[in-house]
Amino acid sequence: MTSAGAVSSNQATAKAQATAVPASETLPWLLSALVVGLVLYYVIGVDEGAVSVLGDTTVLHEFVHDARHFLGFPCH
Amino acid sequence: MEARSFVLRGVLAGAAAGLVSWVFSLVFAEPQIEAAIAYEEGRGAAEEALAVAAGSAPAAGGEEEIVSRGVQATLGIGVGMVGIGIALGLLFAVAYTLLHGRVALRPRVLALVVAGAGFLTIYATPFLKYPASPPAVGSDETIGDRTALYLLMVIGSLAFLAAAVFVARLVREHLGTWNAVLVGGVVYVALSAVLMAVLPGLGELTINVVENGPRVSETPIPLRDASGAILYPGFDADVLYDFRLASFAAQMLLWGVLGLVFGALVERRMARAETSERPVAAAS
Repeated sequence: MTSAGAVSSNQATAKAQATAVPASETLPWLLSALVVGLVLYYVIGVDEGAVSVLGDTTVLHEFVHDARHFLGFPCH
Repeated sequence: MEARSFVLRGVLAGAAAGLVSWVFSLVFAEPQIEAAIAYEEGRGAAEEALAVAAGSAPAAGGEEEIVSRGVQATLGIGVGMVGIGIALGLLFAVAYTLLHGRVALRPRVLALVVAGAGFLTIYATPFLKYPASPPAVGSDETIGDRTALYLLMVIGSLAFLAAAVFVARLVREHLGTWNAVLVGGVVYVALSAVLMAVLPGLGELTINVVENGPRVSETPIPLRDASGAILYPGFDADVLYDFRLASFAAQMLLWGVLGLVFGALVERRMARAETSERPVAAAS
């Protein structure tokens, strides 16, 4: 059972522990997240449309076709 | 908490947001997409009949279907929505990690603020200039220009948000936080308005002007014969409205779920770390 006291102490620690993350250990994670995120955004949204790096087929384009339209990307 | 925890939670929250948006899109996007494709096919048939009547040879066969409509409308849109959810979750996690502990907001509030900023810059602002369009709306020949212009709007609004935050921090000392945020908002809106005014409308692209004369958008206008009588109607305004409204709502859902789930996951993790650390702290 969670008492009211425990809840408020949890909230207090959530605030207290929100300390900044040092740059040295975070950099590899942040860089890879940034790169993978951008590549995935490009693959879902753009590739095999206006430009293509994954080949001349339009299989990927056609497969995510509806999502591309619905997410606001120019499709064809 | 280290960056690894944030990135993994970003992926998890992004995938959850993508799943929710997938279900939403099955109900609210697919009927509009089907209607748009039916319009496109009907118009294509009418144009071909016209061409044949004018003496051209009929086109050989229909368009080859690479991925069936059934797959596109179910699995395809699902992979797209979950994929974009994970992509945005990763980018979200990067921004969140850089801000965590550096601003006076508890994690779940900061997560919602970052998600709101992502929605505004990556989707909503570009949407005002170049709104999401169903199939049949948009000329094949302008895909290169349209993609470049759309991505320019996305990059521009991200840069403008950075500029707005910079200005807000600069004036905060003098004006206080509330007014500084308002000043930042004005900076963002003003810069975005200038970019939107400078960039061409899609109907103003050369290929479209040559074909249809200068227009604001690429939405198909009625097909007319020489006397001006309508042979095939223009694109249904209600279908276009419903599609765009659903697209906007889906992005609100996507970013909203991403921010809420991420914030909840981070706060739960912090509370758990605290309880497991407590006995050690007591002993030392």
